Amino acid sequence: MARMKFLCDADRCIECNACVTACKNEHEVPWGINRRRVVTINDGKPGERSVTMACMHCTDAPCAAVCPVNCFYTTADGVVLHSKDLCIGCGYCFYACPFGAPQYPKVGNFGSRGKMDKCTYCAGGPEADGSQEEYEKYGANRLAEGKLPLCAEMCSTKSLLAGDGEIIAKIYRERVMTRGYGSGAWGWKTAYRETIES
Amino acid sequence: MASFGRVFRLAFGACALLLVIMAAPASAQQVNPTASSVKEQQLLQELDRIQGRVSIPDQRSGVLEQPQGREWREFRNVTLRWIGGVAIIGMLAVLVIFYLTRGMVRLDSGRSGRTIVRFTLVERFVHWMTAICFIILAISGLNITFGRPLLLPLVGLEAFSEWSQWAKYAHNYLSFPFTVGVVLIFLMWIAGNIPNKVDVEWIKRGGGIVGHDHPPAQRFNAGQKMIYWIVVIGGGLVAATGYELMFPFYVTGIEGMQIAQIVHSVVAVLFVAAMIAHVYIGTIGMEGAFEAMGSGDVDLNWAREHHSLWLDEQRARTGPNDKEPQPATAAAE
Repeated sequence: MARMKFLCDADRCIECNACVTACKNEHEVPWGINRRRVVTINDGKPGERSVTMACMHCTDAPCAAVCPVNCFYTTADGVVLHSKDLCIGCGYCFYACPFGAPQYPKVGNFGSRGKMDKCTYCAGGPEADGSQEEYEKYGANRLAEGKLPLCAEMCSTKSLLAGDGEIIAKIYRERVMTRGYGSGAWGWKTAYRETIES
Repeated sequence: MASFGRVFRLAFGACALLLVIMAAPASAQQVNPTASSVKEQQLLQELDRIQGRVSIPDQRSGVLEQPQGREWREFRNVTLRWIGGVAIIGMLAVLVIFYLTRGMVRLDSGRSGRTIVRFTLVERFVHWMTAICFIILAISGLNITFGRPLLLPLVGLEAFSEWSQWAKYAHNYLSFPFTVGVVLIFLMWIAGNIPNKVDVEWIKRGGGIVGHDHPPAQRFNAGQKMIYWIVVIGGGLVAATGYELMFPFYVTGIEGMQIAQIVHSVVAVLFVAAMIAHVYIGTIGMEGAFEAMGSGDVDLNWAREHHSLWLDEQRARTGPNDKEPQPATAAAE
């Protein structure tokens, strides 16, 4: 089985926010929640850089480790998913996550945060693949249809890569070789405890 | 020699020129337009987290990366379980050993049959409101830390999630009457809980718990004063940090919430351990003690043995010794 990962080639990200829009539309993500966002560091200053970030589907995921009700599971493809039926909305995953991925439909409502929502790598949830119930809770299950996450599929500059970790790392390494520079795979060291040497 | 040097310089210069000519097109191809841009590792080393601007309304999502969750995870899954386990099981073990060796602290002079009011209805109401809230808060809180390894394997994922969901609601909503209770306890009993010289003497003589001594004590002895300050300070800390967690981002960001959770949970498990000792001494640990918070009236001999100075004070107020204050008159006071 593949080990699915995200890779943002930050040298190519132009902060068009197409990934953010694609994700919101594909999964009909509720108001106030963004499963993916583009962060621009040093905006408007020398040294500016944009990086798109969502759940990185970490190896030995911290969210899954700290969850008091054990609602997370890792698929055979290495995608970290959770069950909204089991989630109690305690907020612990969101304290542990290095990437700010877990979000809640309600904020500051006497701690009744509602069920946690995060990027599913377009792989749905524990319900039957492609079912209406799955769609309503987690959004589309593109992976079950043999498609990759939509954010990466429609990235205008092919900055965001999704797919098997080894393959996307190879593509990135080739790019770095050809163009002669690269800023590394953002978040990889934190998420997967490895970097791509370039 | 001079000619050799000239030839060498010429050859060296030619080589250098060749290198420059060859290198020039290569470097022109490989201009790095983002060479001066920020680098991930450098940012993490400098700031411990990476933050920027986002164009979506949720400005909090501008934090790109903050790996501190790793340390918090270690605390939550390992350190806290050790602190909590050692504190609570340790306290239970000490109390069991103490009970088996010392047994219940008996009334040395037996019961007199006459009683004196120790706590009024209002005092008892505040005590039990806080106590009931505390028990539910403690169980639902311990469930978050110890439920997954201990209870979940026994009941299964669905049942455990259902129970934890209700436990979480109870934890959040009962925090309000608990906080009110802590504030009322603070105001109601502050007068009797300022440490003084009597406490030093009481502690020196082992409080009558160790051995069979009966050192003099005012309304609250040093042990009770300790419990009072644990409730006031511990309760204040868990309430403050708890509300910080209940209202995310109102006070601090994620790192502040990690610290709040650490303070909240460590204080809470120590609080639970202290309250187990409090429950012990108020029930099976001492004969006649529960009545103080039960009916509110304690036996005169109990008062004489455990709170002699307080009893003298009460008697001085209500007149000569032959007219012992009865519950009705004392309550009206």
